[in-house]
Amino acid sequence: MPYWRKCKDFAVKIIIWLFSLAALAFLFWILSDLIIKGLPNITFDYITSEYNEYKGINGIAPMIVTTLWIISVTLIISGVTGVFAAVYLAEYSRPGPIVSVIRFALESLTGIPSIIYGLFGYIFFKSILKLGFSILSASLTLAVMVLPFVIRSTENALRSVNRLYRDGSFALGATKLYTVMNITLPCAAPRIITVMLLTVGRIAGETAAVYFTAGTVYRYPEGIMSSGRTLSVHIYMLAKETGNYDETYAAALVLVIFISLIHFIVNTASRVINAERI
Amino acid sequence: MTLTKEYHGYHNKIIVKRLNTYFNEYHALKDVNVEIPANAITVLIGPSGCGKSTFLKTLNRMNELEPGCRTTGIVTLDGIDVFHRIDAVELRRKVGMVFQKPNPFPMSIYDNVAYGPKIHGIKKKTVLEKIVEESLRKAALWNEVKDRLKKSAESLSGGQQQRLCIARALAVEPEVLLMDEPTSSLDPVSTEKIEQLCILLKNEYTIIITTHNIQQAIRISDKAAFFLNGTIIGSGSPEKILINPKDIRIRGFISVI
Repeated sequence: MPYWRKCKDFAVKIIIWLFSLAALAFLFWILSDLIIKGLPNITFDYITSEYNEYKGINGIAPMIVTTLWIISVTLIISGVTGVFAAVYLAEYSRPGPIVSVIRFALESLTGIPSIIYGLFGYIFFKSILKLGFSILSASLTLAVMVLPFVIRSTENALRSVNRLYRDGSFALGATKLYTVMNITLPCAAPRIITVMLLTVGRIAGETAAVYFTAGTVYRYPEGIMSSGRTLSVHIYMLAKETGNYDETYAAALVLVIFISLIHFIVNTASRVINAERI
Repeated sequence: MTLTKEYHGYHNKIIVKRLNTYFNEYHALKDVNVEIPANAITVLIGPSGCGKSTFLKTLNRMNELEPGCRTTGIVTLDGIDVFHRIDAVELRRKVGMVFQKPNPFPMSIYDNVAYGPKIHGIKKKTVLEKIVEESLRKAALWNEVKDRLKKSAESLSGGQQQRLCIARALAVEPEVLLMDEPTSSLDPVSTEKIEQLCILLKNEYTIIITTHNIQQAIRISDKAAFFLNGTIIGSGSPEKILINPKDIRIRGFISVI
C-alpha cells in the first residue's frame, strides 16, 4: 500500500475513534457527575423515610412506593391488552384494511411525544372519566403510551416461534386457540418477559405523562385511586421548586441505578435464552 | 352408494377424485385421481416441487391453514367426504402426519407424546402414562428413552426425534399416517430404522409416504404413484411404476437416479 493511503487509513481510524470516545465521554461524564454528587447523600434513612419540607424530612420512600405502584398497574394493563392484540395480529389476522389501519395507528402512536400523552390522560382519564389525579389515571395513560411498543415486540416474539411446532400441533388435531395457549405463548414467553422488563424501564423513567396524571403529592399512596409522586417527577420538583441539588442528584442516581439494573437483567436473560437455543 | 373399490386384494381406505388445489392464482394440484389401499404403504414419488407435499396436506386439510388455498374435488376416508362431512380437527385425529424435518415440541419426551391425547380431552395420569408407553413402543423408541422421559425431546438424535414424532402421531390413535419425506434429513442407519418401522406399522395403519428416493420406494412400497407437475401420471404396483415403467417421463426420472 502506498504511504499516503496508509496515512489516510490511519487518519480515518483516528477520527472514528475520537467520535466514539466523545459519545462515551458524555455518558461517563453524566454518570460520574451523578455518582460524585449523588452517592454521598444516599443513606439508609434517605431511602426509607418520608419526605416533608416543613418537618425537614427528605426521604424518597413514598416516591419509590408510588413508582412501583404505577409500574405494576401499567404492566398489568398494557401486558394483558398487548398480548391479546399481538396474538390477534400474529395468529388470527389476515392481511387487509383492518390490519393496515391497526399497524398505521400503532406506528403513529410511537412517534407522539410523551407530554401529549400526558395532556390526553389529563383531559380524558382525569377529567372526563373523573379518575382524578391518581395512580390509575397515570397507569392508563402510560399503558396507552407503551402499548405500541408492547404489541409490536410481542408480535415479533410470537412470529419468531418455529412454524414447525405450530404445524405439529395442528396436525394432531389441535385448534388454533389450543396451539396458541400450549405452544406459541409458552415458546415466546422468555422474549415477552424481556419486552415487559424493557417496558418497566420506560415507565420508571417517564416524567411528563405522569406529572399530568398522577400529580405531585409526596405522601404514601393508599391505593390505586390516590395520587402520588414518582421518582422522576420528584427529581423534577426538587430541581424546579426547592433548588436542592444534593437531593436531586441522589434521587436521580437511585433512578439510574434502578433502570440500569433492569437493563442488566434483560441483557443477562437474553444471553441465557440465546445460549439455550443454540 | 359406496366409492370403495378393491385393489390387489386391499380395501381402499382413501379415494381421491378430480382433486384440484389452488393457492390464490397458482394451480398446485391438477385433477389428481388415486386410491390408497388400507393397511399398506403407498409411496408418492416424483421430483421436488411436484406437489407431493401439497397432496399430503390436502388429505388432512392442513392446506386450509395457508391463506389463499382453495380445493375442489372429492376425497373420501372410508367412504366419507373429508371436505364436507368431517370436522377438520376430527379428521386430523384420524389422519396423523409426520413432517420432513423432525419437529418435536420444545418440551419433555413424555409431554410430546401426551400432547395429542391431552388435546382430545384425556387428563387422567394413569391413562396418559399408558398411552405414552404404548406409542413409544410402537415407534420402537421405548427402550431408548424409558429412563429419561422427563428429559427434553431436543436432546435426542435426529432419527430418535423423528421416531418420537411418529410416536406422537400414533398417540391419538389415527387410522392413516401421512409421512412427508420422513427420512430426507436422516443418516442411512436412522433411515433404515424408520423404513423397518413403517413396514411393521402397516399392519395397523394405512401409510402414505412421499419420497424422491427410488430405492426407498422399492424397498417399502405396496403401491406407488408418480407425481409430476401437480398431477399423478401413473399409479399401481411398485413393479409397474418403479421397476419397469412404461411412461417415458417416469423412465427418465428413474434412469437419472
